[in-house]
Amino acid sequence: MWRYLIRRLLWAFVLFICVTVVTYVIFFIIPANPAALVAGKSATPEDVKRAEKWLGIDQPVYVQYAKFVHRLSPVTWRDNHPALKTPSLGRSFATRQDVNTVVGRAAPVTASLVFGGAFFWMLVALPIGILSALRPKSLLDRGAMTFVLIGISAHPVWIGLILAYTVGYKLGWAPITGYCDLINPSTSCGGPIDWAWHMMLPWMTFAFLFSAQYVRMIRAQVMETLNEDYVRTARAKGAPESRVMFSHVLRNALLIVVTMLGMDIGIALGGAIFTESVFGLPGLGQTALESIFAYDLPIVQGIVVFATLAIIVFNLFVDLFYAMIDPRIRLT
Amino acid sequence: MALLEVKDLRTEFRTDDGVVKAVDGVSFSVDKGQTLGIVGESGCGKSVTCLTIMGLNSKRTATSTGEALWKGDDLLAMKPSRLREIRGNEIAMVFQDPMTSLNPVHTIGKQLVEAVVLHRDVSKKQARLRALELLQAVGIPRAERRIDDYPHQFSGGMRQRVMIAMSLINEPDLLIADEPTTALDVTTQAQILNLMNKLQEEFHTAIIIITHDLGVVAETADDVVVMYAAKVVEHGVVDSIFMQPRHPYTWGLLGSLPRLDADVERLVQIPGQPPSLLNPPAGCRFNPRCPYVMDRCKAEEPELVSTPADPAHMQACFLDEDVKKREADKLLAGTMAEAS
Repeated sequence: MWRYLIRRLLWAFVLFICVTVVTYVIFFIIPANPAALVAGKSATPEDVKRAEKWLGIDQPVYVQYAKFVHRLSPVTWRDNHPALKTPSLGRSFATRQDVNTVVGRAAPVTASLVFGGAFFWMLVALPIGILSALRPKSLLDRGAMTFVLIGISAHPVWIGLILAYTVGYKLGWAPITGYCDLINPSTSCGGPIDWAWHMMLPWMTFAFLFSAQYVRMIRAQVMETLNEDYVRTARAKGAPESRVMFSHVLRNALLIVVTMLGMDIGIALGGAIFTESVFGLPGLGQTALESIFAYDLPIVQGIVVFATLAIIVFNLFVDLFYAMIDPRIRLT
Repeated sequence: MALLEVKDLRTEFRTDDGVVKAVDGVSFSVDKGQTLGIVGESGCGKSVTCLTIMGLNSKRTATSTGEALWKGDDLLAMKPSRLREIRGNEIAMVFQDPMTSLNPVHTIGKQLVEAVVLHRDVSKKQARLRALELLQAVGIPRAERRIDDYPHQFSGGMRQRVMIAMSLINEPDLLIADEPTTALDVTTQAQILNLMNKLQEEFHTAIIIITHDLGVVAETADDVVVMYAAKVVEHGVVDSIFMQPRHPYTWGLLGSLPRLDADVERLVQIPGQPPSLLNPPAGCRFNPRCPYVMDRCKAEEPELVSTPADPAHMQACFLDEDVKKREADKLLAGTMAEAS
C-alpha cells in the first residue's frame, strides 16, 4: 500500500516535470514576444528590451524554467539551512497579478461547474441507464439511445448556445452569463441561491454532454451484469428483484462507472473551456484561453500545474477508492 | 404424492432467428429423499428444464407451459412472491460454474447470511452461526476464519462447497444440482459427489442432478431421465437404464464412456451433432445420427411408452423389442468382454 503510494507520487512528479517542460517549450516556439504586448503599442525597441528584462524573459529557457521550479518548490535555502515557504506560481506578465490568486479565484468556478455538473449528470444517467438496461428495446430505451446519440455527437458549444437561447433567453428561466460566488458574496450577487441559479444552464450543458456517455455506459454495464451467474444465484436464493438489483447487480456494475467518474472529474477540473466560454464563467478554462491570447505564460503555466495536479490527485483517489469497493483489487 | 411432479413441461425461447423449443414435453417426478439424474448432451434442454421449474428463465424471452407440481401446487402458475418463498428455502439450486456463481464483491459469509435471512426470521448473528455450521458441514477448513473471505480467495472446489452450503442452509426438500462437478477436476468431483451423498443422508433432501456424465449418475441417482434434443428419450430406475438400456441414444452414451479396465484405441462416439432446436428433424429427433434408423423414424415421432417387460421403464423408440434387447445385451456383453 505505502510502496504503491510512493511509486505513484514519484510518477506524479515525473509527469509534472514533463507537462511543465512541454508548456515552456511550446511557449518559446510561438513566434511572439510577450514583452511587446506588455510594453504597449507605441513602445520603442529599448522599451521592449527593458520590459523583457523586467519580465525575466531575456534569459535562456532553462534558466526561466529553473526559476519557475524554484518558485514552485515548497523548500528554499535561507541563512545556510533549508526552510519552508509558500509555493508560488509567479506573477502574470500582463497584469502583474499573483498567479496563485488568479488560479485560486478561477478554480472554485470550475469546481462548481464540474461537481455540480457531475451531480446532475449522474442524477440523469443512473435511472435512465438502469431502466433502459432492464427493458432493452422498449420505448424508454430507444428514446434514451436517441438522447445518447445527440449527446455524444453534439458539441458543448452548440448545446450551450441552444440551452442559452431557449431556456435562458426565450423562457427566461435562468441567467445566461455570469457567476455568483457561493461563499463570499460580492455586491451584485452571491450566496447559495444566486450561485445555483447562475450555474443552472452550465450544469445542464455539462450534464447533457456527459450523461449521454454515462447512460450508455451504465446501460451496458447493468445489462452485462444481469447476465452474470451470481445474479441468477441471488434469484435462486429467493431474493426479491429490488435486492437483486441493488445488492448484486449495481454493486458490481457501478465499479467501472465510479472509475470513469473519477477520471472525468479530474480531467474536467482542468477547465471546461467550451462550457465556460459560452456562459462567460470566469473559470480555469476561460482564464487559460484569455492568457494564451495575451501570451501570459505564468498564468497558463499555473493553470497547467493545477490541472495536472487535479488529474493526478483524482486518479490516485479513484485507484484507492476502487481498491476499497472491489475486494479483488490489491494495490501493490 | 410425489414431492415434485413435472407434467408435459414445454419452454420456448424467442430469439432473433426464431422460436427455440428448448424443452418439449418433459415429464418426470421426484419423491422425497430420492435422487433423479437428468442426462444428455450439452444443449439438450436439461438445464432449462430445471431453470423453468425454478422460474429463473428470462421472462422477456421465455414462455413455458405444462405443470410443475410442487407438493401439489403448480410452480409455473404461482404468484412470484410465493415462488420466491419456495426458492432457496424449499427448493435450492447449485450451479455449474462455482467460479462465477458467487458474487465477487461480497464475503461468502454475507452471501450465506443473506440466504438465511431471506427466509428465516432470525438475527444476523444467528444467521452467521448457521452459516458457520454449514461451512463446517461441507468441509471448509478453518471455517470461522474463512467466513469473512471473498470468493476469489477460494479454489473452485471450495467455492462449490460454499455453493452447496448456501443451498442447504435452509434445509430444502429438493436440491437441484446443475452439473455441480463439471467445472471441477476429477478428484474434486469425487469429493463433491461424496459430500452431496453424505449431506443427502443427513438432511433427507431429494436431489435432481443434471449431468452429461453417466458415471456421476451411476454413483448418485435412483432414477434416470435421458434427454435428447429437448425431449425425454428414456426414463427408468438407474439399474434398468444401465443394465437394460432400450434407446439407441442411451447405447451411444454408454458406449462412449471411457473405461479404465479396457484398453481401447479410441472411444466410441455418436456420429454427427445434436440437432438445432430451432429446426429439429422430422420424426424421431435422433434419426439422423441413429445407426438403426428405419423409414418410419423419419416420418413419425415415437412416443415415450412403457417397456413391456418393465412398465416403469419408459422409452421412445420404434425398434422391435427383440432387436433392442439383443443390441443392448450385445453392447453390455461387449463392454464386459473388454473389461475381462
